[in-house]
Amino acid sequence: MTALYLTLAFPLFGTLLMALITRCRLAGWLNIALSTATLAASAALAWQVLDDGPLLSPGKFFYIDAFNVYLVALTAFVGLTTAIFSRPYMTHELARGRVNSRRMRLYHSMYQGFLFTMLLALSTNNLGILWVSMEGATLATVLLVSLYRTPESVEAAWKYFILCGVGIAQALFGTVLLYFSAAAQLPKADDGLLWTALHGVAAHLDPTVMSIAFVFLLVGYGTKVGLVPLHNWLPDAHSEGPTPMSAVLSGLLLNVALYAVVRVKMLVDGALQHSTTFAHPHLTGDLMMAFGLLSFLVAGLFLHRQRDIKRMFSYSSIEHMGLMTFAFGLGGPLATFGALLHMTVHSLTKSSIFVTVGHATHIAKTQAIDHIRGLIRTQPAVGWGLLLGVAAIAGFPPFGVFTSEFLLLTATMQSQPWLTVVLLAGLAIAFAGLFRHLHPMVYGAQPEGQHPVQANMLPVIIHLLLVLWLGISIPLFLAHWFNQATLLITGKGLL
Amino acid sequence: MNITHFTLQEQAILIIAALVLFSSFSLLAQTRIISSIHAFAWQGALVAAATALVAFVANQHHLYISALLTLALKAILIPWILHRLVVKLEIAREVETVVHPALVMLGAAVLVAFSYYVALPVEKLSLLATRNTIAISMSVVLLGMLMMVTRRQAVTQVVGFMSMENGLFFAAVVSTHGMPMVVELGVAFDVLVATVIFGVFFFQIRESIESLDVDRLNRLAETDESAAVAEADVAGESE
Repeated sequence: MTALYLTLAFPLFGTLLMALITRCRLAGWLNIALSTATLAASAALAWQVLDDGPLLSPGKFFYIDAFNVYLVALTAFVGLTTAIFSRPYMTHELARGRVNSRRMRLYHSMYQGFLFTMLLALSTNNLGILWVSMEGATLATVLLVSLYRTPESVEAAWKYFILCGVGIAQALFGTVLLYFSAAAQLPKADDGLLWTALHGVAAHLDPTVMSIAFVFLLVGYGTKVGLVPLHNWLPDAHSEGPTPMSAVLSGLLLNVALYAVVRVKMLVDGALQHSTTFAHPHLTGDLMMAFGLLSFLVAGLFLHRQRDIKRMFSYSSIEHMGLMTFAFGLGGPLATFGALLHMTVHSLTKSSIFVTVGHATHIAKTQAIDHIRGLIRTQPAVGWGLLLGVAAIAGFPPFGVFTSEFLLLTATMQSQPWLTVVLLAGLAIAFAGLFRHLHPMVYGAQPEGQHPVQANMLPVIIHLLLVLWLGISIPLFLAHWFNQATLLITGKGLL
Repeated sequence: MNITHFTLQEQAILIIAALVLFSSFSLLAQTRIISSIHAFAWQGALVAAATALVAFVANQHHLYISALLTLALKAILIPWILHRLVVKLEIAREVETVVHPALVMLGAAVLVAFSYYVALPVEKLSLLATRNTIAISMSVVLLGMLMMVTRRQAVTQVVGFMSMENGLFFAAVVSTHGMPMVVELGVAFDVLVATVIFGVFFFQIRESIESLDVDRLNRLAETDESAAVAEADVAGESE
């Protein structure tokens, strides 16, 4: 229990502390220290849950099981590596005059605040608090998107705020409907939003209300996942904010939103599939497959016409989130196992790519793809980092993304064979889209007067090594972990 | 369903629900910024009154706290903040042009009918006397969205956003006697922080485009052509 409270307490304390610290250098180091502490606490928590099974806090307010504990650990881990990257990066931005020290204070405080809201969203047992913390994550990041105060960034932040606000309001309506249908089944009204309580009585919940609630929740949290056609905010918000923010938004926030959708799906499935009268028992899965596939294909096509490097990789995030949504919708142990693995490797790879892109934009002094050239010649570490990162995200073996995509394709072939063709075509389109832009950026002729910058490639190396490791052999404890989560979600284990 | 089967209090709740819906329509029709903020304050007060009434009928004491919270936040504090911002930004007298006001109103009516259609199966199993309030709260949410779509002024978009939040809160109160207190407090906190951040944004937007017409926030378009057009626009205006 202590480990859980510490996991949440460190970033919360960090939010308040960073708001008071005026010295930027110190704040950068403190940010790393706090993130390390959070990671240590979450590792202890993960160990505990791995040994003793699910953990329900005395007030039933927090609930940790195999599904969310690994996301907690992943969030804390990427939070730390991004903090390590963020310190020199933001110091450089300060030196360039793009931010002043007051905004740096806001940045560090909100960085920790963002981590806190995401960890809270993952660990809470209360669907209402899940909503509150998802909205909190928007609030924490929205001012960071407009941190540079350029017209573009203000526009991006406004769009992000409005679209996500409207979207997530739908999720609150869905939550109210869930509560409404639970009120008829649960003796104590206050339990009506507790996931564990709802899961216990899922079979008795009214299928009609639950299906309407699911549509609202899918639209609401789907907006934050970035599902097409609700994705408009995502490329803007990810491309205009500071790069460390892009890394955590792409690598973590989208995961947490998808986590919320899957949690709710588990409840609604329980209600729909036990009902004898409801006409569409697989409504949730079908909806998620449709949305997921659409996002996957549309984002793949949009990759081709991007001119801004960060925008391009945000579309790649939409594409991968679409694939995961599709896989969770497909259901079954194999697809779910693949989706969980894909969540992990995508987070690690995408955040490492954004870190490299941050350095690349410092080298080229622009985000325009047309003007980023010859990275390998100017600074081999950054060039190779980008090349390997993109190779990993495009699904080249032996990286982990290949493994998870292979599992997903196998699962699709088993249950929906004709969709395999669509998936393969989508992967090929995305692959072409990424590499047509990547090739000149990495190999092209180096513009005159382009100099290497001080780059800290450590986070990139660690992330890519982990992804490589996951691609070659998944460690036994991790496979066991994913298997437990699969068992929770689908009722059947894979191993 | 015959209205005379309800007790007096339930009828009163229905009347208030109808008035909340009416205030949504008046928000849609109102083109003066100050007046729409006032209409929004009235809506907040009505929702608070409905909450207090439900608390009385259902004998749920924690709802009195929610009612007070709503009154303080939605009827007084947020309208007051918005009012002050509008005065400070010197747009208090501004009148917004709504394109095709009649069509917007018709669309709103269609949305209300749609909400009733969606809520039909839900209503059947409601154990509470306050039945068609779910449909009404859903309409308020959808009308808030419609308002955000049809308006171009940042301030009125925010009013639409907050009115959606009113609809959500109303849904929670009348269909389930309010959410657990901790959730309600969390939502209220989020709304308050959102208001403050919106205030910050008004100034950021005006600083960047010298107006609060968010239609002019169009630099981040997806196609090359529209980006070029936007740049030409900016160039044209600066001349």
